Amino acid sequence: MVPYHEILDEEELKFVLEHYNIGKEHLPKIKVKDPVIKEIKAQVGDVIKITRKSATADEAIIYRLVIG
Amino acid sequence: MIHSVPKRIGQIKFGFISPKEFRKMSVTRVITADTYDDDGFPIDMGLMDTRLGVIDPGLRCKTCGQRAGECPGHFGHIELVAPVIHIGFAKLIRKLLRAICRSCGQLLLTPNEKTKYLEEIRAKVEIGHSIDDVVNTVFKESRKAKKCPYCGEEQIDIKFEKPTTYLEDKHKLMPADIRDLFEKIPDDDVEVMGMDPASARPEWMLLTVLPVPPVTMRPSITLESGQRSEDDITHKLVDIIRINQRFQENREAGAPQLIIEDLWELLQYHVTTFIDNAVSGVPPARHRSGRPLKTLSQRLKGKEGRFRGSLSGKRVNFSARTVISPDPNLSISEVGVPEATAKELTITMNVTQHNINDAKEYVARGPERHPGANYVIRGDGRRVKVTDKNSLELVEAIETGWKVERHLKDGDIVLFNRQPSLHRMSIMAHEVKVLPNKTFRLNPAVCPPYNADFDGDEMNLHVPQTEEARAEAKILMHVEHNILSPRFGGPIIGGIHDHISGLYLLTNRDKKIYKPEALELLKKSSIKELMEPAGYENGKPYWNGKQIFSMILPDGLHLTFQAEMCEHCEECTKGECERDAYVVIEDGILKHGSIDEKAIGAFKSKILDKIYKEYGEENARMFVDDATRLGIRAIMRMGFSFGIDDEDVTAEADVQIGEVLSEAEERVTKLIMAYSAGELEQLPGRSLDETLEMKIMQELGRARDSAGDIAGRNLGLSNSAVIMAQSGARGSMLNLTQMAGCVGQQAVRGERIQRGYVGRTLPHYETGDLGADARGFVKSSYKTGLSATEYFFHAIGGREGLVDTAVRTSQSGYLQRRMVNALQDLEVQYDGTVRDTRGMIVQFIYGEDGLDPMKGDFGTRESIRRIINLHSNDTVNHASHRAKLLALSRPNQSENQVHR
Ligand SMILES: [Mg+2]
Ligand SMILES: [Zn+2]
Ligand SMILES: [Zn+2]
Ligand SMILES: [Zn+2]
Repeated sequence: MVPYHEILDEEELKFVLEHYNIGKEHLPKIKVKDPVIKEIKAQVGDVIKITRKSATADEAIIYRLVIG
Repeated sequence: MIHSVPKRIGQIKFGFISPKEFRKMSVTRVITADTYDDDGFPIDMGLMDTRLGVIDPGLRCKTCGQRAGECPGHFGHIELVAPVIHIGFAKLIRKLLRAICRSCGQLLLTPNEKTKYLEEIRAKVEIGHSIDDVVNTVFKESRKAKKCPYCGEEQIDIKFEKPTTYLEDKHKLMPADIRDLFEKIPDDDVEVMGMDPASARPEWMLLTVLPVPPVTMRPSITLESGQRSEDDITHKLVDIIRINQRFQENREAGAPQLIIEDLWELLQYHVTTFIDNAVSGVPPARHRSGRPLKTLSQRLKGKEGRFRGSLSGKRVNFSARTVISPDPNLSISEVGVPEATAKELTITMNVTQHNINDAKEYVARGPERHPGANYVIRGDGRRVKVTDKNSLELVEAIETGWKVERHLKDGDIVLFNRQPSLHRMSIMAHEVKVLPNKTFRLNPAVCPPYNADFDGDEMNLHVPQTEEARAEAKILMHVEHNILSPRFGGPIIGGIHDHISGLYLLTNRDKKIYKPEALELLKKSSIKELMEPAGYENGKPYWNGKQIFSMILPDGLHLTFQAEMCEHCEECTKGECERDAYVVIEDGILKHGSIDEKAIGAFKSKILDKIYKEYGEENARMFVDDATRLGIRAIMRMGFSFGIDDEDVTAEADVQIGEVLSEAEERVTKLIMAYSAGELEQLPGRSLDETLEMKIMQELGRARDSAGDIAGRNLGLSNSAVIMAQSGARGSMLNLTQMAGCVGQQAVRGERIQRGYVGRTLPHYETGDLGADARGFVKSSYKTGLSATEYFFHAIGGREGLVDTAVRTSQSGYLQRRMVNALQDLEVQYDGTVRDTRGMIVQFIYGEDGLDPMKGDFGTRESIRRIINLHSNDTVNHASHRAKLLALSRPNQSENQVHR
């Protein structure tokens, strides 16, 4: 039911930010008190990668910045 | 030209203006309510003081020294004798009064609580989040205190009486008292309540100084009689100053408290209505004529206010609006423009070596004869009006570097629009065709994207004024480019009504068409040669309708689909379909099937969709043009009409329908009897009453359908209404059922009609009658006519439909506005991401798949299948056909383009 969430490691994060030519603050956000964030034990400032089903593309990848 | 660097707004901060600031920004204090002296000169320290700016030509502003038009105007101020409440803050004042101590003015929270909330607020501000939640808790918690934790004062609940009265145990708090109390609130407490004490001290919500807006924003107008008429805001300011003066005089004379309070109240009223003249509980201030005054809020609020009326939307030049009417001989990408309009709207030509002769021709013809010119702009920038008198003189003088404002002429690109502009196809670029008479003309095939009809609809036309604008219009907004809708990836432009009936009549089954007829049918298309005849009769060649239609199909087109009229039989016989509903097109030849809505209709056309995607937009446009013209010629050749007697059914059928209906009624009666006897079996999840209603509805619905079937069968497939319904041209079998068979159950909110009198719908029925006729079943057909009770029920059901549409349009309009406001600045970037203006990512790939929905096939992702088919179908052959087609595309088209 809940799409797959994972914390991005340094290297991946660097790659993502460089790929989109953005800073972390330009990413969509997610609250640290979100149950799924508690579950994967992410901290404020982490960037997570969400892999979820999509109606248009079978699978979509979204990155979010964890905020307080 | 001056190019300024766009500046980025870093931050916007809202606050209150302090009395100090009001005085600082003021250029003069206003003390007298008079405006002009006897010589018509503005009075010093009056409302029209020339330091406040000037509006009379000839005068100079005493503040900035500029003339009327140059001077932006400057604020003045009025010193109010006593503070009054700013009506915009009445609710906030109430909140504050309840949150602070009535004696020492401290926020009624413990120091610990204050620090806690303050930290929360600062943290939220840091990350740019809303502090509303915290602030609301602060107000909620502080209101609970019964005793001040600082001075020990008992707190009294504050009652608020709209609009501006605050009561403390029936004792009225005067604005001055409130102001004094607010002054005592410590800065730290102000911050806990979510305000910035530096820019928003609470006591500033009570006005002691009132700014006087510059005269430039309230100019007086001189009437024809020579009398001056002042702006509403000036009138209001006059009232305020008068009362303010009287107040002061009375107070100085030591008038009794009662009188002072009355005057105070009056001053409050005038200041309130000066700010907002539509506050509930305050009678609006009126003009002598009885018209309510338009004061500050009224200038900003609503549809005609500053935001929606002057900033988001405004009136523009180079535009025209008139009634539309149809012209099937125009291309879908053309628009017929009345000559009178074309002579009024202009395009600025930059005169160069290449067009100087054209320019001279336009100027020579002058403003009256059509493609002429209205103005020339000389090398030095002076605009000269072209008249019959000076035209020849100007022709001689024209040289490169001049500009000529020439009339709109054939082939010019213009934008054409019909409100409500709900999607991008509501504004498309058309090519002008100047025509006689006074209406805009358009091809009926472009009605669907505009949702236009010709019952009096009006449309707007705009003439782009720069080369860039014209290029953008042509590349992005041209009708050809908008044949497919991004909403569902299919064509939104296409045949309607008679186009569909016509092509259906032409292609359904085999009809013999001899040469003169065939030529006549294809006369208006680009076809120059007939194909091999289908056969000979008495030595004369003949063709069939399918062949004629095939002539306008591009070579190499392969397509198979089920027509609109297909009945989806259990087992499709395909080519042998007895209704000719299985369409097969091979190499541009229609082999089987009839052309109907599914083939060429707007929203549904399979053929147009395929041509657009595989042969390009220009060929798609040519196909629509040819198909609609052919359809219209076909329907004219064959003849097609619908009259009242087309709804006649045989006496036999009448009897049958009657039987079906009375049997149904009998069954309904039985159901009701079973219900009253308690024998009705309850459906799972339904009450007994609901079960009965459902069963009755089912029974009557079935009866109506079978009545319709009988009528439909009786009318036969050759009946015009049946043809229109089956081919999808207009109307449905339900419409036919209601006309010839039985109108059926009238419903309100999906249920049989229950309302009216106690226990019954009309006095014609017994109380508690649940029978078919007593609850709105209309047994008659529209042809036979309705009985009085049936008519009444029909009106009830019909009204619901009207109310629904009215409610729906207003709701969807509001939703649309909010959506547009929220989404208007989002942009798909070159890297495929969707971002807002701050560069925040909204989607990592547009639509998560990065695809243009317009180019998908009817919203599916199956384009790939089509492309594979396309390339497996003898690629070489296809390419050659394509080349041929391009070469063939309209020799006369290039003629039009020479002068552009
Ligand atoms: Mg209309
Ligand atoms: Zn000035
Ligand atoms: Zn206190
Ligand atoms: Zn079939």
